[in-house]
Amino acid sequence: MIAIDTALALQAPQLMTTPPLLTMAGVSRRYGDVVALQDVSATVYPGEVLGIVGESGSGKSTLLRMMNLEDTPDAGDYRLALPDLSGNLFDLDRFARRMLCATRIGIVYQNPHLGLLMKHTSSGNVAERLLIAGERSFATLRGRAREALGASEFPLERMDARPIELSGGMQQRVQLAKAIALEPALLLLDEPTTGLDVSVQALVLDTLKRLQRDRAITMVIVSHDLGVIRTMADRVMVMRRGRVVEQGLADQIFQDPQHEYTQQLVHAKL
Amino acid sequence: MTIAALTKPWQALSYGFLDASAKRELRRKMLKAIAVPGCQMPYASREVPMARGWGTGGLQVTLTLLRPSSVVKVIDQGADDSVNAASIRSFLSKVSGATETWDTTAATILQSRHRIPEERLRADQVLVLQVPNPEPLRPVEPNMSIARQMHADADYGRLWLILYEQIVRSGRVMQGAAYPSLVNGRHVMTPSPIPRWDVPKLHMAQHLTFLSAGREKRLYAVPPFTRVEPLVFSDIPYQVEDHAALTCHRSGLRGYFMNEIPQDDGSAQFELSDSHLGIKAIRQAEGSAVEIGPTWYENGKMPQ
Ligand SMILES: Nc1ncnc2c1ncn2[C@@H]1O[C@H](COP(=O)(O)OP(=O)(O)OP(=O)(O)O)[C@@H](O)[C@H]1O
Ligand SMILES: [Mg+2]
Repeated sequence: MIAIDTALALQAPQLMTTPPLLTMAGVSRRYGDVVALQDVSATVYPGEVLGIVGESGSGKSTLLRMMNLEDTPDAGDYRLALPDLSGNLFDLDRFARRMLCATRIGIVYQNPHLGLLMKHTSSGNVAERLLIAGERSFATLRGRAREALGASEFPLERMDARPIELSGGMQQRVQLAKAIALEPALLLLDEPTTGLDVSVQALVLDTLKRLQRDRAITMVIVSHDLGVIRTMADRVMVMRRGRVVEQGLADQIFQDPQHEYTQQLVHAKL
Repeated sequence: MTIAALTKPWQALSYGFLDASAKRELRRKMLKAIAVPGCQMPYASREVPMARGWGTGGLQVTLTLLRPSSVVKVIDQGADDSVNAASIRSFLSKVSGATETWDTTAATILQSRHRIPEERLRADQVLVLQVPNPEPLRPVEPNMSIARQMHADADYGRLWLILYEQIVRSGRVMQGAAYPSLVNGRHVMTPSPIPRWDVPKLHMAQHLTFLSAGREKRLYAVPPFTRVEPLVFSDIPYQVEDHAALTCHRSGLRGYFMNEIPQDDGSAQFELSDSHLGIKAIRQAEGSAVEIGPTWYENGKMPQ
């Protein structure tokens, strides 16, 4: 506890005074007998990267799906501090949710098949986002798709290839381009590098880091790979069996884990 | 007094072929379709003495609308004299007592496959289009229940995506017939396989249009004075077929949708697709007192 307090005191003062971008409180979700999330609360400040770690089945992806408004919890409150938005976002209707997700939230799934239309072109996948948001100029669509793919360090000469013809790393870059095309306020990443080989993984992480630095996008990144979290995250949340067992600044969690489970996790990794 | 005196004489068929409950079903769905322009209404499609896929959907709507004073015109690709159009028309008149016509301006109900006549339809006319595939989302979403949800959400991004990719691949929109169009700013519909040339005729038209697919059991409508806007990018204008400068080799008319007739020497001649308009023009040139109604296109252009 003391460790947390001193760490917070060392943060830049502006981080303390800006209100959080994302506030989630008391989110619970059961699927039949399975408790996927139990009273989960989270806050993410503007420009910050929150890392979520935890064993398989601990509810990480479910939590991310909630943040992307793809699913509604049994109970809980979810707010984003954005203009024209107020109240519990879980109360929004389907249409409002879809517009909000399309325009303000970007997501990269672990499985590219979930996030991409495999039979359409890569640039088209990015353009679709802009189309949903109402962009109707072909030249603008083309230009912004190119720009987003470029920012994701996707090889532009292949921008009209179909994702199904691309390597896993390139598919993740298309997902990323799609996610950032509308300059979302919040970028959600579910195991963005899992399944990629180590060198490609490093390149994708580089891209993410650079995006984070250049655009100061607020990110939530889920991974069971502590290395990824350590590279990316400012703050870390540790989940187990649908609950948050520990959270704090990344350095503190990695150097001085408090919870027994976190200790095991960190030591297993080291 | 006998009971026989109080009842109608025995008839082999219901008036207008369809029985009363079939007509009620169709009328209910037609009214719903008018209430929500462009939205597909499922209906209980009946057997009619024609194979599915030959215009049974259009036929059922027409049969429901007919009365003895109706005047019906039926065209197939613009022609009144094709076998299919002729047999549908004679069937319609036989079961309803309606009058047959080839003249667009004389008709009260027009059933059509693939074309909208060139003469402007009026508020007292109803157009019935035969539709093979009513679902504009089919190319992007094979699962029809998801497609219905996409309509509910007005989630049409992927239709635009197809157009985007056609332009990327070919430099232009390749969609020829059945150009997806937004109705009343809300539902995207397939305007049946009419050419691009005919789609603007539906926009803010005076007449009521029904579109009906018998095999797929769906009908939808464009009520009078309803916006029908083809999906187009703001910087790439909608283009109709390049027929404005073609001349019909039989009637001499120019500036309408033409059929191409390949010649032995490899060249091509053109003939009005709206065949009765051609006939009227020829008769007029021969000195008969024939009246050609105002047309949608003037000098090959559709006035805005
Ligand atoms: N739609 C669903 N229907 C039923 N059970 C579900 C559903 N979604 C998640 N669950 C269950 O909720 C629990 C948490 O799943 P979740 O996918 O969030 O785990 P995770 O932490 O992302 O795991 P992994 O690291 O393997 O991806 C699991 O037991 C899972 O089976
Ligand atoms: Mg997961």
